[in-house]
Amino acid sequence: MMISMKLPIYLDYSATTPVDARVAEAMMECLTVDGNYGNPASRSHSFGWGAEKAVEDARKNVAALINANPKEIIWTSGATESDNLAIKGAAHFYQKNGKHIITCKTEHKAVLDTCRQLEREGFEVTYLAPRSSGLIDLNDLRAAIRDDTILMSIMHVNNEIGVIQDIKAIGEIAREHKIVFHVDAAQSPGKAEIDLQDMNIDLMSLSAHKVYGPKGIGALYVRRKPRVRIEAQIHGGGHERGMRSGTLATHQIVGMGEAFRIAKEEMAEDNERILMLRNRLLNGLKEIDEIYINGDLEQRIPGNLNISFNFIEGESLIMALKDIAVSSGSACTSASLEPSYVLRALGRDDELAHSSIRFTIGRFTTAEEIDYATQLIQSAVVKLRDLSPLWEMHKEGIDLKTVEWAAH
Amino acid sequence: MAYSDKVLDHYENPRNVGSFDKDDRSVGTGMVGAPACGDVMKLQIKIDDGGVIEDAKFKTYGCGSAIASSSLLTEWVKGKTLEQASEIKNTDIAEELALPPVKIHCSVLAEDAIRAAIDDFKSKAEGKAVQEKIA
Repeated sequence: MMISMKLPIYLDYSATTPVDARVAEAMMECLTVDGNYGNPASRSHSFGWGAEKAVEDARKNVAALINANPKEIIWTSGATESDNLAIKGAAHFYQKNGKHIITCKTEHKAVLDTCRQLEREGFEVTYLAPRSSGLIDLNDLRAAIRDDTILMSIMHVNNEIGVIQDIKAIGEIAREHKIVFHVDAAQSPGKAEIDLQDMNIDLMSLSAHKVYGPKGIGALYVRRKPRVRIEAQIHGGGHERGMRSGTLATHQIVGMGEAFRIAKEEMAEDNERILMLRNRLLNGLKEIDEIYINGDLEQRIPGNLNISFNFIEGESLIMALKDIAVSSGSACTSASLEPSYVLRALGRDDELAHSSIRFTIGRFTTAEEIDYATQLIQSAVVKLRDLSPLWEMHKEGIDLKTVEWAAH
Repeated sequence: MAYSDKVLDHYENPRNVGSFDKDDRSVGTGMVGAPACGDVMKLQIKIDDGGVIEDAKFKTYGCGSAIASSSLLTEWVKGKTLEQASEIKNTDIAEELALPPVKIHCSVLAEDAIRAAIDDFKSKAEGKAVQEKIA
């Protein structure tokens, strides 16, 4: 087979994305001696004014994609910092009203670990279990609300399974109970619609590098009407209206602004093409026996496909797929040696969690790449199942659940 | 995971993949591990009348180093007596394959597998002896 494409094929767009060439170009204009390198906080000369204008233009672009006011955008180092600032900042500010927080078991670690820290400080946290689709049951959410609940933190798009939570409906519940609502939207810009004029969301974490912008820059949306207050976590020169001190990284901010501008412009077109590619991959893999799609397939971003290949361990599958770059929920690919906590929260058996692969498709993926990947996966599955004692037993009609394993 | 060339070789070209009839009296079968833990090894040895392992086969569900550990083991046990085979240590396997520290448990599993296969063969042989006595 003639291969004209570059190997390995990148199918891990939810981990990070390459910077769009247009974004890189805009960033480079803010670095060198001929460029816009001033400190945006410098008020006494044109270098500062020029940099400040670039930062404010970027702020407008970020705000425009989520239909917010630019004044509601606070620059941070990324979504992890935004999650920390939002959750700790709101919890600390509103703790006089109560000490209860609601979140979900499938949140990103940046939210879960921040909540754990607040538990150590004396807050109480309810971790909702989602339905097997990965979506939260709104009745469970309502039932978890207490008189002393001050904050809810629910992600928009899940990083592992790509499902989209109904944040508009959750926002209505939060507003009804006067609870501050934070949304981790690191994975959503350019993929799932966000309209903050229409959604009762108080705080929203954003990231640049998931949407073809640079790593190391993100933002926190902080609602002004009705006003939401947070306590700063980083103190210093009082930048970003005192909520996040530190010299603004002009080139990073300009990169994020350009990435969000392009996302707004090309979102519809990108998503249509990416959905077509995902369905092409899914149709190719559907022929394989004993596969399970993790998470709701309908209420999901176009680029995500998370599949468990039963009777095959994820890391060995990734080794066989060395020409494609993907990630796995297998324990063996994680530092902790624990299988994916997200898949476990959906009620998936450990063995299916060990067997899962996340394929994420993006702006630069081609149909040729998808076809190549499909063939590769099909033959790898055959090879590894020939090697699998579990597959052999399954074929013999043995129910693996009835076997007494010598666990170690 | 950065694996050694030896692990990659065994993973790419696994030796002695397959199964023997587990009811055959000259065959010992060891199945260790659990699907929930992410690895299951099935190791089978075929023993000749002189008590020497004449052939070995394996199937493994698990990561690359689990597959490599069991593949290597089938090569090592061939031609060995049961006593010699039972002396194979997990550290020998880990050293030969240069397993990273987080993968040492794969070599432990391989050692468990050969012990289990030997025990299975012996218990079958004892069963046979008992039956012959009764007859």
